[in-house]
Amino acid sequence: MGADRQLCTFVVGGLHLGVGVEHVAEVLRPQQTTAVPLAHEEVAGLINLRGEIVTALDLRRRLGLEAAGEEPQMNVVLTMGEEAVSLLVDEIGEVVTVSEDDFEPPPETVAGPTRELILGAFKLDERLLLLLDTERALAPSSA
Amino acid sequence: MDEIVEEFLVESYENLDRLDADLLALEEDPSRPDLLASIFRSIHTIKGTCGFLGYAKLERVAHVAESLLSRLRDGQFMLTPEIATALLRLVDAVRLMLASIEANGTDGDGDWSDLVAQLEALQQSGGSPAAPAATEAASGATAVSAASTASAPAALRAAGAVEALAGAVAGPGSPAAAVGAQAVNGTGASGGAGGNPISPVLLADAGAPANRVSANGSDGTARAPTASFEPGGALPAEPAPAPAGDPDGGDRLGELLVAAGSVTSEAVILANYAQQLGDERRIGEVLVDHGATNQDEVNEALQAQKERRGSVSDSSVRVDVGLLDDLMNLVSELVLARNQILQHSASRDTVASGTFQRLNLITTEFQEAVMKTRMQPIRNVWSKFPRVVRDLAMACGKQVRVEMEGEHTELDKAIIEAIRDPLTHVIRNAVDHGIEAPEKRLAAGKPAEGHLRLRAYHESGQVNIEVSDDGRGIDPERVRAKAVERGLLTEAHSRELGERELVAMIFSPGFSTAEQVTNVSGRGVGMDVVKTNIEKIGGTVDIQSELGRGTTLKVKIPLTLATIPAFIVTSGGERYAIPQANLVELVRVEADQSDSAIEDIHGAPVYRLRGRLLPLVYLDETLGVAGAPEGRSAVSIVVLKVNDRTFGLVVDDVNDTEEIVVKALGEHVKGIPAFAGATIMGDGRVALILDVLGLARQGHVVGEQRSDAAAASAMHGGAQAEDATTSLLIVATAHRRRTLAIPLAEVTRLEKFPGDALEVAGHHTVVRYGNRILPLVDLSAMVDAGSGSLSGRTQLNVVVHGTGESSVGLVVDEVVDIVQERVEVQGASAGSSGLAGAAIIRGGVVDLVDIEQIVAEAGIADLVGAAEEVVA
Repeated sequence: MGADRQLCTFVVGGLHLGVGVEHVAEVLRPQQTTAVPLAHEEVAGLINLRGEIVTALDLRRRLGLEAAGEEPQMNVVLTMGEEAVSLLVDEIGEVVTVSEDDFEPPPETVAGPTRELILGAFKLDERLLLLLDTERALAPSSA
Repeated sequence: MDEIVEEFLVESYENLDRLDADLLALEEDPSRPDLLASIFRSIHTIKGTCGFLGYAKLERVAHVAESLLSRLRDGQFMLTPEIATALLRLVDAVRLMLASIEANGTDGDGDWSDLVAQLEALQQSGGSPAAPAATEAASGATAVSAASTASAPAALRAAGAVEALAGAVAGPGSPAAAVGAQAVNGTGASGGAGGNPISPVLLADAGAPANRVSANGSDGTARAPTASFEPGGALPAEPAPAPAGDPDGGDRLGELLVAAGSVTSEAVILANYAQQLGDERRIGEVLVDHGATNQDEVNEALQAQKERRGSVSDSSVRVDVGLLDDLMNLVSELVLARNQILQHSASRDTVASGTFQRLNLITTEFQEAVMKTRMQPIRNVWSKFPRVVRDLAMACGKQVRVEMEGEHTELDKAIIEAIRDPLTHVIRNAVDHGIEAPEKRLAAGKPAEGHLRLRAYHESGQVNIEVSDDGRGIDPERVRAKAVERGLLTEAHSRELGERELVAMIFSPGFSTAEQVTNVSGRGVGMDVVKTNIEKIGGTVDIQSELGRGTTLKVKIPLTLATIPAFIVTSGGERYAIPQANLVELVRVEADQSDSAIEDIHGAPVYRLRGRLLPLVYLDETLGVAGAPEGRSAVSIVVLKVNDRTFGLVVDDVNDTEEIVVKALGEHVKGIPAFAGATIMGDGRVALILDVLGLARQGHVVGEQRSDAAAASAMHGGAQAEDATTSLLIVATAHRRRTLAIPLAEVTRLEKFPGDALEVAGHHTVVRYGNRILPLVDLSAMVDAGSGSLSGRTQLNVVVHGTGESSVGLVVDEVVDIVQERVEVQGASAGSSGLAGAAIIRGGVVDLVDIEQIVAEAGIADLVGAAEEVVA
C-alpha cells in the first residue's frame, strides 16, 4: 500500500508535470526578468523575489522543447538547498493528491531530455501526471 | 555542532583575546592585581568548562597555567618576561586547540607536554624572589637584568642605569611599605604575608608606585626605608594599592584623573594618604578640597569610570551575524519598497504624501541603525597588535612601544575582517624593517625605544587608518637600486621618478629591500598583497617616508561593504552596474566624430585618448546582446581601470551613479566571468554587476593567459605602471616561422592590399595609399634575411608606420594579436638586423622589431618623405 503524496502540478509544452509540494516555495505570476547574457540558454533570467535574486530557468528549454511564445510564463519557485530557483512554466495546475500505487517508471514513449528529468508517471483517471526530478531539473547544466 | 560547545568556543575566544591584552598590560605594570585576577578568571573559566565538556588535553594545559597563575596571584613570585612569554604561549596553544575543536570536535593531537613542563617548572621556580633581585640591581647590575626581574617595564622604557638604580633603591623599601599598607587595610592577600616581612606579592603592588616616587626625587627613597624599619607601624605606604582581587582596580577614579592629566599622581597619592589617615570623604572630594583639580574634571572622570565599568555589564546582547545579515536584507527590501512608493507618491493627496515623507525618513534612519549593528570598533583588530609587536620586538631584539589613537573608530564587520591581515603585515614590517635596533637608534640620537603609532579616524565617509613608526624610513636610493636590480624599472626610467614614486615601488610585486630574509618578512610577497587586499575592498594605500625619521602608511577604506557606489550603464536595453572603484572617466563621442575617432587595428577598436591608444571593448558585443541600432547617435566610452590596465567600455548610454547592494548570483549563473553579482535597482528590477576584470579578459584587453601575471603585477602605482607596460602588435612572418612584436605606438594603421596593387618605383615596391605612395618593406626579408618577393601573393597584410609623407608599410604574413605587457628586453637577437631584442611574451619568445633600423636599412629613406603625387 503506497502512501499518498501531494503534488503541485503545472503544464509545460503540453506535458502535465508535478513536483512534491514540499519542494515548492511559492508560485508567482509572470515576473519581470533580467536576462543574463552569456549564460546557458536554459537560464531565462533573474527575478527579484522580495529582495532575493532568484534565477529563473526556462523549463521548456530544459526539457528540450521549443521556446515559449510571447505568452508570459508563470514561476514555480523551488528551493534547492540554500538557494531558490524558479522554473518558468506555461500554466499552473492544482495541487493533487496521488497514491504511490499509481506510480510507474517513465513510459517508453517519453524520450529525450524529458525522460532524464522525470522520475516516472502517476496514472490519473483523466491523464498521466509526470513526476519531475527536481534535483536534476534544477542542477546547473555542465555546458 | 553542539550548542554548548559553540557557546564555549565563542566565550573562550573572547576570553583569549582579553587574556592577550591583560598579560601585556600586566607585564607593563605588574602592580595591577585586578589584571592578574582577570587573567586568572579567564583561564579558570576555560579550564572549568573544558573539563566539563571532556577536552582532557586542553584541561591539562589550562590546569598548570591556573596553578602558575594562582601562585602569581598569591604573591609567591611576580610576573617576569619569562613567565609572560610562557603564558602567551599558553594562549596560543589554547587558541590552536579551540580551532581544532571547532574544526573536528576534538582538542587535537598537538603535543603540549613541553609547554606543560615549562609552566610546571616556572611554577616551581617562579621568577627569582623579588627583593634579592632588586638588591642585585642596586649593586650595579645592568638595566637588562633589572628588567628581567623586578621592574621590567620601567627598565625597558628607559634602559638608563639611573632609573634602574632608582627602582633598585626603592626596591628594598617597598615590600616593607607594602606590609604597612596591608596592616592598615587589614586585607591579607595570603597567610604567608604576615609571617614573611618581605612579601613579594605586595611588592608587586607597592613596588612600582614606589619606583615612581623615588624617581621623582629623594623624597620617595627617604620615605620608603623609613617604612621598612617600622614594618607593622601605622605609617602607611603611599600607594595604598587596591587589594589583590579587587576587580575595579583598573578604573579607580584617581588613576583616571591622572590619565586625563587633571591631577598629578602625587596629588592622588596624597589624597589616598589623607583617606587612610581617616579622611572619609571620597577621593574626588578630597582632591577638589586640596585644590588639585575642580569639580568639573572630577565629574568627567566619574562619567568615564561609569562607562568603563558599564562596558563589562549586561548592556549588550550577543547576536548572530547571520541574523544581522538577514536584517540587512530586509531593510534593503524595505528601502526598495519605499522607493517604489515614492515614485507613485506624487499623485497622492497631501495627507498621504506627508505619511510617505515620514515613512521615507524612518526607513532611512532604520537603514542606518541596522548598518550600525554591523559596525565594530577597529580596536577588535588592533587589540591583537600589542602582542604581535611584543613577540616580534623580542625576537628581533628591539624595543617598541605601541600607541593607539581612535581605537573606537567603527567599521563594518566585513571590512574589519578584510583589513586584519594587511594591517598585521604592515605592523610586522614596521617593527622588522622600520624600527632600528636600540643601539642604532641611540647612535642616531633617538630614544632606544621605537614608537609605533596606530591612528584611525573618520573623514568624508571613509575611514583613515595610519600606521606610523619613527624608524629609519625608506631610502629612495635603495629602492631605486633594488627596483632596477629586480628588473622592475629600467635604469633610465628610475632616474625620472621622484622620491615619492620610488617609495611607492615597495608595493610592486616581487619587491623586498630587506637585506636579510627573516622569518617575519622579506620574502617580497608583502606589500603588494597588502595593497591588493586593501584595494579589493575599495580602499587605497599611500605611503610617506622620511629617511631617518620614520614611515607613515595611510590606508583609506569605505565604512561599509554592504553597499558600494556603482555607475549604471545601459547596453542592449539592459542596465548594468559598474563598481565605481574601477571608473576612471567618461568620454562621449558624438555621432559625427565616432567614425574617425574610433580607429581600428586589425579588428581591434581603439580610441585616441589624449594621445594614447585606448583599447575598446563593446559591451553589447562582448555580452552577445543586441546593441543599439546601427548609426547610433553618440557613443559613450566608460574608461575603466583594472589591474592597472586601462580600457574603454563602449556602452549605449550612461545613466547615473547609485549606491547598490551587492548580491551573489545563483548556482546557474555564477560561473560567468563578466559578472560579479547582481543588485536590485530602485524600480525593483534586477541589474547585473559587471566584473571589470572578467570583462577585460572577455574582450581580450587583458589576456587570458596572463591572468596570473596580471594579478601579480596589479601593484603598479599610477604613472610608472602605464609606462612599464607596452602595447605590442604581435605579427608573424615567413609562414609563421617567426613571431615579431611591434610597439603599438609605432603602428598607425593596419591595411590589406590586393597582390596586384603592387607597383614599383625606383628600386622599391610601393602601393598607392590614398593619394600618396606607400613604400613597402618585407619584414621577413629584413629579419629573416631571405624569403620570397612580395609579388605573386594574392593579398598583403601591411602594418603602416608613420603618418603622412613619412609612412612606411611593413609587410607581414599575419597579424596575430595585440597585447599589453611589461616587456623585459633580453638583449639583441644574434645575427638579425632590424631587431631590438627578444622578450618573453605570453610564454613564447618574441623578437622586438626596431622599426627605425628597418626603415634605415631598407634604403627607402629617399622615398620616405619624397612627396610625390601619384599620377593615375
